[in-house]
Amino acid sequence: MSEEKKSAPLFSKKNMALIKNPLNTINPVTIQVLGICSALAVTVQMDNAIVMSIAVMAVLVIGNVLVSLMRNIIPGRIRIIVQLVIVAFLVICVDQILKAYVYDVSKSLSVFVGLIITNCIIMGRLEAFALGNKPWASILDGVGNGFGYGLVLVVVAFFKEVFGSGTLTIPGLGKLTIVPESFYAMDYMDNGLMLLPPSSLFIVGIYIWVQKARNPELIGE
Amino acid sequence: MEYINIFIKSAFIDNMVFTFFFGMCSYLAVSKTVKTATGLGAAVIFVLLITVPVNYLLETYVLKEGALWWLDGEGETYFAKQDLSFLSFIMFIAVIASIVQLVEMLVEKFSPALYGALGIFLPLIAVNCAILGASLFMQQKQFANIGEATVYGLGSGFGWFLAIVLIAAIREKIKYSHIPGPLKGVGMAFILTGLMGLAFLGFLGFEL
Repeated sequence: MSEEKKSAPLFSKKNMALIKNPLNTINPVTIQVLGICSALAVTVQMDNAIVMSIAVMAVLVIGNVLVSLMRNIIPGRIRIIVQLVIVAFLVICVDQILKAYVYDVSKSLSVFVGLIITNCIIMGRLEAFALGNKPWASILDGVGNGFGYGLVLVVVAFFKEVFGSGTLTIPGLGKLTIVPESFYAMDYMDNGLMLLPPSSLFIVGIYIWVQKARNPELIGE
Repeated sequence: MEYINIFIKSAFIDNMVFTFFFGMCSYLAVSKTVKTATGLGAAVIFVLLITVPVNYLLETYVLKEGALWWLDGEGETYFAKQDLSFLSFIMFIAVIASIVQLVEMLVEKFSPALYGALGIFLPLIAVNCAILGASLFMQQKQFANIGEATVYGLGSGFGWFLAIVLIAAIREKIKYSHIPGPLKGVGMAFILTGLMGLAFLGFLGFEL
């Protein structure tokens, strides 16, 4: 940790890059291929996706800060266990909060709240970033990666819900009808495939296709 | 018969990868060759076969509401009233992490080649969602006895093994196909998994 970093402004270019890059060029889900399990499974309804993104972001930011504060006292050999305990503790808190305030969503997320513990994004960021950086940079990194994860979830959920059931469930606004009744009168039908698990895979696959086609420098291999 | 049904249900109908997307990270990252995929798949089966029954015992005798009845003396009900289920995440992950450590040491000792090939992904089995996910589903399904829980672990592991070996075989072949540049690699793997998932939907409702 060099000295000149201390005097850098809070929102310097370098720090803003920590937030901006995960949204596109180093997106944790589509480019680094981390944390896919939950990203695909909770996207049948928009509100599940939004609550899940907020939960992951909260765990990521707080976990990043805690690990970053403790980075000099965690022994290298047992760091994975220490990180797991920190994350498990945070996820238990998140789970209890969700059960207390948004019980319905918590029910439909079922085991996927618990699976935040094993979300590779969180372990990956703790291991790759928080262990070697200061708390403020770690907060920004957590926020950036949280948004990068949330972005993909919201996009997938949008397509799945609009084309699968013709509605959009947004927290606070309830279930909005997107496809008007007159469409159904003209023999428009909801696409049942969109409600099945494989469709999220197709949507993410196409998302990656579009993203890489727009950013040719991302095509590796 | 009950056991066979649980096995078929967990391996094919509720396949971990195609239905719940468990363990997708290592599924996509280690599925480039059949050999490493087989190794990781076998490691996952082995770990699931141990962790699910151990966590079942933990759940039944420590964590569940009323599970601590055996601590009470004659005529007391103090411990039987406790509900420790909020601790299940941290207990399950502790069991999983220690068992994975054990498997890692065994593989390193008996098969250094496999150890080299699996590289970073062996310790990462600890944070493989498939392992914790199976334990959490075991908790949700409330199996009647430890035998059913073990079969469930075996079936889930087998389903995962099947999925990763299949996709690895397909990816080995598809290397020589003409795929649009941006879709190469991960993008194509996603779409392939989706197609395989559609095929696995054919098992829906299958029962002996």
